[in-house]
Amino acid sequence: MIPIDTIQTTAESLMDKAAIEIPDDYLTGLQAAAADEEGDLSSFVLQAMLENYEAAKEDRRAMCGDTGCPRWYVKMSNDARVEGGPIALEEALRRATANATNGVPLRPNRVHPLWRTDHDNNVGINAPEIEYGFEPEPEGEWIDLITVHKGGLFGTDYRMLFPSDGIEGIKRFYLDSLVAFGKRGLACQPAIIGIGLGGSKDTCMVLGKRAACLRTVGDRNPDPEIAKLEEEFKELGNSIGMGAMGFVGKNMVIDCHIEVGYCHTGGMQMSVHAFCLSSRRAVARIHADGRVEYRTDPQWFTDYQRRETVAWQPTESQSKSA
Amino acid sequence: MAADGKPKQIRLSTNPSREELEKLSIGDIVYLDGTVYTGREGVYKRAIEEGEPLPLDLPAESAANFHCSPAATQDDDGNVKMGAVTATASFRFSKWIGAWFQKSGARLILGKGGMSAKDYREHFVPNGAIYLTTVGYGTGALLGRGVKGVKAVHWRKELGLAQAMWVIEVENFGPFIVESDLEGNSLFERENARIAENLDKVYEGTRPAVLKRFGETDDRSDELI
Repeated sequence: MIPIDTIQTTAESLMDKAAIEIPDDYLTGLQAAAADEEGDLSSFVLQAMLENYEAAKEDRRAMCGDTGCPRWYVKMSNDARVEGGPIALEEALRRATANATNGVPLRPNRVHPLWRTDHDNNVGINAPEIEYGFEPEPEGEWIDLITVHKGGLFGTDYRMLFPSDGIEGIKRFYLDSLVAFGKRGLACQPAIIGIGLGGSKDTCMVLGKRAACLRTVGDRNPDPEIAKLEEEFKELGNSIGMGAMGFVGKNMVIDCHIEVGYCHTGGMQMSVHAFCLSSRRAVARIHADGRVEYRTDPQWFTDYQRRETVAWQPTESQSKSA
Repeated sequence: MAADGKPKQIRLSTNPSREELEKLSIGDIVYLDGTVYTGREGVYKRAIEEGEPLPLDLPAESAANFHCSPAATQDDDGNVKMGAVTATASFRFSKWIGAWFQKSGARLILGKGGMSAKDYREHFVPNGAIYLTTVGYGTGALLGRGVKGVKAVHWRKELGLAQAMWVIEVENFGPFIVESDLEGNSLFERENARIAENLDKVYEGTRPAVLKRFGETDDRSDELI
């Protein structure tokens, strides 16, 4: 049984880390971008961002005043049981979100879409989102809590493409999204770009968002052809000639991740998501004995999550990567 | 731009004279000293559309309007805890900005992403105002360091924490980039034009979607704002 108190205190600590500490993989990516940027203004912006990450950590204050929309991804082992059950789990995550909003502090961004009611705590109808996944490996009783404070609301779009659009059509929509939202830096680039392909409209959005938020810089899709596309799209995005804030430059995309889902035979859904300059994510694994292990890699996309078969039959290499 | 290719850096008062603003060029880096106040759609609607009298003396107290909602909390005793500070996108406030200049005498608009050169020519230039954009746009922690204190929070109850009018004392508050000058030139529009020259080449090997959408244009130098 995983203790509910540990879940709530860990969740609060994750809210704090996500808002304040830039993940190492993104930091390394941005440092590399800053080192080779040639545009005067874009270089200045990237340097300022690097100083800002330092200031945030030193002062323990949020790196960005718009602290995004906090959300939760929860993953459980097959044997995981939470004290108080799933209802207690959801209450703990909502309470942690509310407490941290006042504690860090975060900006109370969440309002009712029509009445603009603000509870000043980032909690409301369907907020924060809580999504679930399950994992066969490793065995034992554990739960992963992942919080993402998604920013970059201008950098996201969806389009129904068709098989005849092909790679040329995919590239066009990708470039259109970057160029449209990159002007004046509305996408808060350089960003981690996530692309969802296939599924149905909602799955496509979910996959693209997870591709942006739940994979780390440098990670590649296990399908070698998709991995090649990820590399190609990263280069393509950086060849636009646009940098940070939409100034002349060559760093728009810190990395590009693509996730796919089986779709209707007549369609090819596509979504594009930008995980902004403040790529806020934090992760912890909680074990039944109360041990808590913090990390920044969500390790969400495993072979199990991407499985194609009816039943799960791990191969030796697959069970290692899980 | 200074001779070494690095942007020029300037300290500026939040009640600048016309002479001080004349010295600024688009692309210069500015740090502010004095008092700024936040004001966005909630404040504009209340002051302009509902005609509510301003709760402070403008521009005497400050000529710097920040399009911003701070990450901050206020307890029941009125004590304020402020963390990071980051601007919000300004293009959405275009319809109020002319009337706001009349009411507030603002000479500095601080925000994210600027407004259009048309807005600058129609509203900023006649009022002797310029636009300063935040950097990044995620340098909230650096901006937070420049905040020396919160002088007042007006219309807190009426508008909520995010839309309230925060009056903030600042020192070496920045960085900001000069986006528009007194002639109404826009740095972003200059950069867009430079980038547009390369776009045809980047789009080689792509093709338009089989199924079109309403409102589509093939002119990639268009802006969607």
